[in-house]
Amino acid sequence: MTPQADRWYDDDAGPVVRPYAMTRGRTSHAAEGRLDLIALVIAESRGEDDDADVDRTLSPEHLDIVELCRAEPMSVAELAADLDLPVGVVRVLIGDVLEAGLVHITRPVPPAELPDAGLLRDVIDGLRAL
Amino acid sequence: MAFGRSERRTSPVEPVTLKILVAGGFGVGKTTLVGAVSEIRPLRTEETLSEAGRPVDDTAGVEAKRTTTVAMDFGRITVRDDLVLYLFGTPGQDRFWFLWDELAQGALGAVVLADTRRLEDCFSAVDYFERRGIPFAVAVNVFDDAERHPAETVRDALDLDPEVPLLMCDARDRASAKKVLITVVEHAAQVAGDRRAAAAN
Repeated sequence: MTPQADRWYDDDAGPVVRPYAMTRGRTSHAAEGRLDLIALVIAESRGEDDDADVDRTLSPEHLDIVELCRAEPMSVAELAADLDLPVGVVRVLIGDVLEAGLVHITRPVPPAELPDAGLLRDVIDGLRAL
Repeated sequence: MAFGRSERRTSPVEPVTLKILVAGGFGVGKTTLVGAVSEIRPLRTEETLSEAGRPVDDTAGVEAKRTTTVAMDFGRITVRDDLVLYLFGTPGQDRFWFLWDELAQGALGAVVLADTRRLEDCFSAVDYFERRGIPFAVAVNVFDDAERHPAETVRDALDLDPEVPLLMCDARDRASAKKVLITVVEHAAQVAGDRRAAAAN
């Protein structure tokens, strides 16, 4: 058996390099720690900031993210699926629009904390009612 | 987090999001289970299994399945306007384990889907959740052509702790899949309660 690092860089792993052209080669972003797969990305309402000049620095993919989030809050995973881009790429792009002040992120329940009993009860009731 | 600006209203509700993992061997029905309860078509990244991959991916008993999930597939259940549950299918092959840790972080609980014809395929998932203390339930996906085994036999074969729920299911059936999820969340609530009580002592 070869070491793991050799094993996943095969065709099955999909294109692992090309999409990073959209991030200008960046594979991580300072905000990445906040971008859990189920963190929600929510567009900031337009208004006080005029984002006309911000837009010029953004790529079509950046704008797609903002547009998608304007319709409804989108999880990081859903954005990746909708844009058909690897999660790693989408994280970098979300980090950019976050920095530009166009979106904000909700934080999922911190992993270290035990889920609230009432919340779990709500989930159980909700599932039963489906 | 920009707490200073949080009074700014953007949308009426910013939902709390939770996730449950669906793990198990290759071709055991993870995506099927997710699809049975999800309100959206499961979103996924799948690559066609190549000839080169075949010796690694033992497909005996999974004749009908031509592709394997190498990244993740997931579904969504809006429990309430302000409460959204995501279901993530974990990668079926061991060589994609590096994706698991990220998926598992912050998970409410997990389903380990088992196929009695290839029970050993779910050993690694059982081990994984046991070691990380993530509450999980084992759901035996009863395939039409598989021999039926009593729950106790499966439990023994998996060497499960007595408190771990084990149930039979049909991953294609919405009601059955719902029951699996409810079992997991109830177990997670139990585990959380026990841990709280232990911490208080």
